[in-house]
Amino acid sequence: MESKFGDYLLSVDHISLSFGGVKALKDISFGIREKEVFAIIGPNGAGKTSMLNVINGFYHPQEGEITYKGVHRKQMKSHDAAVHGIARTFQNVALFKGMSTIDNIMTGRIIHMKRNLFWQAFYLGPARKEEMANREYVEDIIDFLEIQAIRRTPVGRLPYGLQKRVELGRALAMEPDLLLLDEPMAGMNIEEKQDMCRFVLDVNDQYGTTIALIEHDMSVVMDISDKVVVLDYGEKLAEGTPDEIRGNQTVIDAYLGVTTAN
Amino acid sequence: MKETTATEKLSQVLDTIPKLLLDHAKKRADRPANRLKDLGIWQTWTWSEVADEVRNLACGLSKIGFQRGDKLAVIGDNRPRLYWSMVAAQALGGIPVPLYQDSVAEEMVYVLENADVKYAIVQNQEQTDKLLEIKDRLPNLKHICYEEPRGMRDYTQDFIHYYKDIQKTGRDYHNENPDYFLQEIGKGQGSDISIFLYTSGTTGKPKGVVLTSDNLIITARNSIEFDNLTSEEEVLAYLPMAWVGDNIFSLAQAYVIGFCVNCPENPETVMTDLKEIGPTYYFAPPAIYETVLTKVMIRMEDASKIKRSMFKYFMDLAKSVGIRILDGKPVSFKERILYSIGQFLVYGPLKNNLGLSRTRLAYTAGEAIGPEIFEFFRSLGINIKQLYGQTEASVFICAQPDGQVKADTVGTAYPGVELRLADNNEVFYRSPGVFHSYYKNPESTAETKDAEGWVATGDAGFFDEDGHLKIIDRAKDVGRMSDGTMFAPKYIENKLKFFPFIKEAVAFGDEKEFTTAFICIDIEAVGNWAERKNLAYSGYTDLSARAEVYDLLQECVETVNADLARDEKLSGSQIKRFLLLHKELDADDGELTRTRKVRRRIVAEKYAVLISALDDPQQTHCEIDSQMTFEDGRTGMVHADLQIRESALAESQVHTLAA
Repeated sequence: MESKFGDYLLSVDHISLSFGGVKALKDISFGIREKEVFAIIGPNGAGKTSMLNVINGFYHPQEGEITYKGVHRKQMKSHDAAVHGIARTFQNVALFKGMSTIDNIMTGRIIHMKRNLFWQAFYLGPARKEEMANREYVEDIIDFLEIQAIRRTPVGRLPYGLQKRVELGRALAMEPDLLLLDEPMAGMNIEEKQDMCRFVLDVNDQYGTTIALIEHDMSVVMDISDKVVVLDYGEKLAEGTPDEIRGNQTVIDAYLGVTTAN
Repeated sequence: MKETTATEKLSQVLDTIPKLLLDHAKKRADRPANRLKDLGIWQTWTWSEVADEVRNLACGLSKIGFQRGDKLAVIGDNRPRLYWSMVAAQALGGIPVPLYQDSVAEEMVYVLENADVKYAIVQNQEQTDKLLEIKDRLPNLKHICYEEPRGMRDYTQDFIHYYKDIQKTGRDYHNENPDYFLQEIGKGQGSDISIFLYTSGTTGKPKGVVLTSDNLIITARNSIEFDNLTSEEEVLAYLPMAWVGDNIFSLAQAYVIGFCVNCPENPETVMTDLKEIGPTYYFAPPAIYETVLTKVMIRMEDASKIKRSMFKYFMDLAKSVGIRILDGKPVSFKERILYSIGQFLVYGPLKNNLGLSRTRLAYTAGEAIGPEIFEFFRSLGINIKQLYGQTEASVFICAQPDGQVKADTVGTAYPGVELRLADNNEVFYRSPGVFHSYYKNPESTAETKDAEGWVATGDAGFFDEDGHLKIIDRAKDVGRMSDGTMFAPKYIENKLKFFPFIKEAVAFGDEKEFTTAFICIDIEAVGNWAERKNLAYSGYTDLSARAEVYDLLQECVETVNADLARDEKLSGSQIKRFLLLHKELDADDGELTRTRKVRRRIVAEKYAVLISALDDPQQTHCEIDSQMTFEDGRTGMVHADLQIRESALAESQVHTLAA
């Protein structure tokens, strides 16, 4: 079954991160292969979000190495991460509330806009052409995420589930190679979760995007991921396919047995 | 049987939809025929482009074996490509069978099987999946063709085709055999079967209504003449393609006169698309008009005080002036000036916001429409009219001519339609639109249509003093009171339900001396009212037992009585005694159907005690214990002591008022 996936797109080796005396991550290593849906799970405070922040260069680990697209780095830089195709969504929706859906998604295209302020301000030839091409790309995403009806609606007025979808749209607009999703289904009802799962899988399938996600809903994680890594108190408890994780006694003791009713 | 008009002579040449298409492709080649919003931009196809698309598709279908008489299922939202599929099938002498796109796979089995469907053209992956799920049970279904390629990459079965691939082979085929398409169309004639439309079938299995080209085209021609439609109309096609109305409004009429049919981006964007297109001709069921009105009223509540008072002043003005202008009645100079100021300040911007700026003609049908909704749109200058129709008639049976529009009738007999009332007031009609038969169901055909072509509607009605037909109820529900007066429960109930305070009403009167009624208050509306009156209450049961609420509802009942008194035939069925039920009628308790229709017999059985108390003039209250299902599925008993009120009868000597 590994044949669907390519080489390692990103791997982290012996990463440790601390804030003063608090050790957020202790000696974490794992690898994410191309085209994989990779889930990071764990109880609250396990260091999941810190891990994503390390990957996209928001936090800088004290120890360890990150290898992305074959390049070894001590740490990622945020701008590097964006330019080299890492996009993310946030646990608490971080959109521009007063802007419309389409404008929010357009901001995801900024790194693909080459024209300088002069051209853009006067909306002349090349800048205009560029804007049209980018707009078309964004419209494709709107079509893909089925949010045509809210194209012009300011996102502040949208229900939470739709805001999450817009945020995914903005991340997609960057044409990422690696998409980091921080609790994409938190606070959603069943129907919204189902929709979101479908979109995550479709993104993976249609755009061939590698996806790393944090999620608390175990049924979602087990259904859509190819590989799961479990963190607890900054340490890696286990790594494997959903089936392996489900059967792992350490994980059951630390996490699954406690939080899932069945 | 049919009267020959000038248009009918013309129809001897252009007597099928594909022939009309070829004609438009010649006469108005560069005029828009279809629009679809795709990726945020309206895409337009001209008549000549549509003709090419249809030709390529038809040739492609024949390449994979489509033959004359084959049935083609069409499933999806309103999309130009799906409309073209229907025309392509007709061009090849086949029969399109549109299905309701939101039916689940199980519901589709019956129709697909009954119609002997061999080919299917569907919108997307969702619909394809449904067909694959049931394909084992449909030995006749040979090919499935999808319109949107999204998610279809892994569907490699050789009976699944991409729409554009079919068209590509069709184009090659056409280049090799340039005469084929025209020859096939030439073989068609007006008496050919044009389409199967399955009636939703509230009772029993759906029936496939077989309509011929003549049915659709002659009806469309008559309606175009009746309402002076032109090739400049713009319509938005958003109601299900499987519904007969859409086939007339978005297909037959468009192909006869050559106007442009616009398709929304997706079902959720209809309101935005409506605003962008600004249709000149519009159809919607009453519920949509009601939603629009409610939305406007709620938005106005939140508006600033100046805007609110401006809105109120001009809407009051519009109610008297706007309607008279629309009906061509005299209006004073001052009123005209004021109305045009209102047009500038209120009506214009409001209509623009609703997407109805250009709407010259709007229709509603299907259910009774509240008079205040009707009045609202007419006062804005939108010529909204009612029509009465059914699938078996190719829509039109009655409609309101311009200048003779009333909220409570469905108008006069449509051009070419003959009407007759049976002894039990059931409406019968005969028209050029009368259906050919029910497919593979000669018994039902014979039950509905007699040898002379008269069709039973199953609806009861009567003509008012102006010769307008009033539909009052299903014929089987209409009863007689003990003195012989006609008793139409739904008619009375609808009149009651037009009041926002009343959620449900059930009237009893068949074989009784006088009419009685159960009324369920609308907790939101009455609750709001109670709040404004500083009336404290603990819940539904408490609120509906309050004397103040009874007073309020008594006014409603007496207004209805006054209304009924105006009808000579129904005057005797005024409501004499009523009570407010202690609980809402609920589908969970079996009192309503899932589509919120009252199950009269069950309600009558369950509350037999209440009915006999209502019937007995001595009783002023009645105790009842009834079972009630809570939202979590538990059941419990509710005890209540219900008052019974007597309401005044209009134009009658009886004036009794209970305390």
